[in-house]
Amino acid sequence: MNFTLKIWRQKDAKSKGAFETYKVENISADTSFLEMLDILNNDLVHQGKEPVAFDHDCREGICGMCSLHIDGQAHGPSKGATTCQIYMRKFKDGATITIEPWRSAAFPVIKDLVVNRSAYDQILQAGGFISVRTNSVPDANAIPIPKKDADESMDAAACIGCGACAATCKNGSAMLFVAARVSSLAKLPQGRVEATRRAKAMVAKMDELGFGNCTNTGACQAECPKQISITHIARLNREFLSAKFKD
Amino acid sequence: MALKLDAKIPAGPLAEKWSNHKAAIKVVSPANKRKLDIIIVGTGLGGASAAASLGELGYNVKVFCIQDSPRRAHSIAAQGGINAAKNYQNDNDSVYRLFYDTIKGGDYRAREANVYRLAEVSNLIIDQCVAQGVPFAREYGGLLANRSFGGAQVSRTFYARGQTGQQLLLGAYAALNKEIAAGSVKSYPRHEMLDIVIEDGEARGIIARNLVTGEIERHGAHAVVIATGGYGNVFFLSTNAMASNGSAAFQCYRKGAGFANPCFTQIHPTCIPVHGDQQSKLTLMSESLRNDGRIWVPKKLEDVKAIRSGAKKPSDIAEEDRDYYLERRYPAFGNLVPRDVASRAAKERCDAGYGVNETGLAVFLDFKTAIERLGKETIKQRYGNLFDMYEEITDVNPYEQPMQIFPAVHYTMGGIWVDYNLMTTIPGLYAIGEANFSDHGANRLGASALMQGLADGYFVLPYTIGDYLSHKIQAPKVKTDTKAFDEAEKGVREKIARLLSINGKQSVDDIHKKLGHIMWENVGMARTKESLQKAITEIQALRKEFWKDVKVVGRENDFNVELEKALRLADFLELGELMARDALLREESCGGHFRSEHQTEEGEAKRDDENFAYAAVWEYKGMDQVPEMTKEPLNFEFVHPAQRNYKD
Repeated sequence: MNFTLKIWRQKDAKSKGAFETYKVENISADTSFLEMLDILNNDLVHQGKEPVAFDHDCREGICGMCSLHIDGQAHGPSKGATTCQIYMRKFKDGATITIEPWRSAAFPVIKDLVVNRSAYDQILQAGGFISVRTNSVPDANAIPIPKKDADESMDAAACIGCGACAATCKNGSAMLFVAARVSSLAKLPQGRVEATRRAKAMVAKMDELGFGNCTNTGACQAECPKQISITHIARLNREFLSAKFKD
Repeated sequence: MALKLDAKIPAGPLAEKWSNHKAAIKVVSPANKRKLDIIIVGTGLGGASAAASLGELGYNVKVFCIQDSPRRAHSIAAQGGINAAKNYQNDNDSVYRLFYDTIKGGDYRAREANVYRLAEVSNLIIDQCVAQGVPFAREYGGLLANRSFGGAQVSRTFYARGQTGQQLLLGAYAALNKEIAAGSVKSYPRHEMLDIVIEDGEARGIIARNLVTGEIERHGAHAVVIATGGYGNVFFLSTNAMASNGSAAFQCYRKGAGFANPCFTQIHPTCIPVHGDQQSKLTLMSESLRNDGRIWVPKKLEDVKAIRSGAKKPSDIAEEDRDYYLERRYPAFGNLVPRDVASRAAKERCDAGYGVNETGLAVFLDFKTAIERLGKETIKQRYGNLFDMYEEITDVNPYEQPMQIFPAVHYTMGGIWVDYNLMTTIPGLYAIGEANFSDHGANRLGASALMQGLADGYFVLPYTIGDYLSHKIQAPKVKTDTKAFDEAEKGVREKIARLLSINGKQSVDDIHKKLGHIMWENVGMARTKESLQKAITEIQALRKEFWKDVKVVGRENDFNVELEKALRLADFLELGELMARDALLREESCGGHFRSEHQTEEGEAKRDDENFAYAAVWEYKGMDQVPEMTKEPLNFEFVHPAQRNYKD
């Protein structure tokens, strides 16, 4: 298969970027999207040109490193998949494909398609944990947890922190990311102890870092590669409101 | 001068060694901990759990990772589960049984004392993770669920769907975040360690490159911990993440740390087969699939031909015409034999011409029987995400047709030599998790990598490091304006300048692919004297080619991925040779190391305990010099090494 690629190139955070056009040829339909970029980059190196910088690592859809906006969609055309899980058979032969970095005020571009997502780390550092010390814990089976609660907690914990939710949201809100963590811990008895404090601290940090507000458009849920539901946002709002009442 | 190896294994009965040792080693008072600095390189399960635990204790910790966030370390990709000797299933599991299975699974090439300690602390890990909010799978009664993994006849594997590594790492990362928020740990993401600094024979710090700006930085500390994982990417194609590399470990080796059993590589039996020469990465299908999946190839070569040509579908092959070769050869363990055994059996069938895809390098993993027995819904609940992933990659629906799988490089049991305290041969330098060699012998059992990473980081290192640091309470802050730091930085800068100046004709990936090919063909699943000698010659030639003909574009002071890859490949080109040398010297077959010259009549690995019951520890002598090997004898006081039997 052959493709024309329009790729965002940007030297660094301060420079102005622009699209550049490349052609890739004889790509197998079984090639992954990132392997297609590997092939392009290898060609560029041979031509003495700088390859396109993009984040990636596990190539199995779990590390959350890959982060491309493909034809206007976070992580490209497949539902419930990360960029690294897209295969070229999803595209028409001869197609022109536009590739951009995440577009979000809170994720500044570092180079080309690579952005800085340390804001997500900072939100979790504000309270996305249970305050237990190593070795100061009861037996794992001391507190039975209903299977349904554990399953719901796991549904939310599937978040890979890729940033697609904030990059997709027209308000640049990180609510789905924050809600996934708050909700995952709030569904477990271990996490209940600090649940309200956690919700308040994480929401405050999110606001401070320049993420926008949630207006319930549901775009985040649609683009989330782990299909995390916006019902978790409802749970976050409940935790947040009950925290405010307790104040 | 040969390496001095003192494993510092405590005296006494096996079950009391760790308790005795903990009682005997020194501790550091809270007031003194505040004065001591520790550097941790890597934020996978080992690094993150160690950083969090040491921060909690009151040490000043700096933690480095090459990814944009500590949460993305490759531990995150572990799918299947984590072992522990809880005996929650009442199937007569115990610390001793987990110890025994691990020693046996490792083909009697690991230290008894280390493995017993690992089994002993395994239960604490599960308690710790549950308290952190790790959503392990549960039964309807609310208690924790288990499943089975290879090499065990009990159900001791705890899991969180097919994302156990992710959930455990998010637990450790959360603990780390707690300490970062508290100010006891400082995090340096997108930083790569490029050298270790040694002064007066002790570890004093690291030279790191800021991967965003290209700046070279000096960081000093009273102790340095390497938690950078394995070196499987020496094979180019592996299940390891793209950026996983052996460079931090290699710098330690270059500076004098012993490197043990480099040839012990794990080839995982259930990966998606290679499809062409444009591939950058192989995908693992979790070992948990072998709980319900049955592995087979056709009995008749004409059926193989028909499947390859598309004339027949796998589901067309009648039950009596299928060769469930693991069940046939190993009735007691069947499809749940250890990974090395399963991988070799697949290779044996494919070598005999029964491989089921066009390359002849694939076997079937079939869920037909399980779907008939349990229903599609149950299978979907157990493995849904793995089935979806398989279909996305291959365009085949595994509920209808069997999966195709083939072995691929997955894990390295070898690594930096450490004593019982996890300290390397360099005082003050520690290695934990996959980066060290200590617990898995010649083959690691499934669901034991997560166990080891967290055991080392949460429950072993935080105690043992105190014994060394108790001697440092009077030591001032480490200065980084010393000659040792000057020289290390200069070396790094020169290496970078040299790589950027070669301006040859081949890309880093071109050469890495060549290295991978040499390794897979000659130092892969089956090795011979000839293949290993060939590998050594070819790698030496390729290394020369690299330093003459590689093309590294871009600048030093920039975000430069090609430069990062070139630096890593330079080390792989030495590490590959070391692996071949180690494999050549080990004239026996054990675990993942299979020397075709040494096999039983049934084609099983034939160990030679009389001559090779030791860890081979290598000392660096220079890039084109032959390294020197020192033996650490393995004394089996408590188990009797026998030929591994998974038949009855």
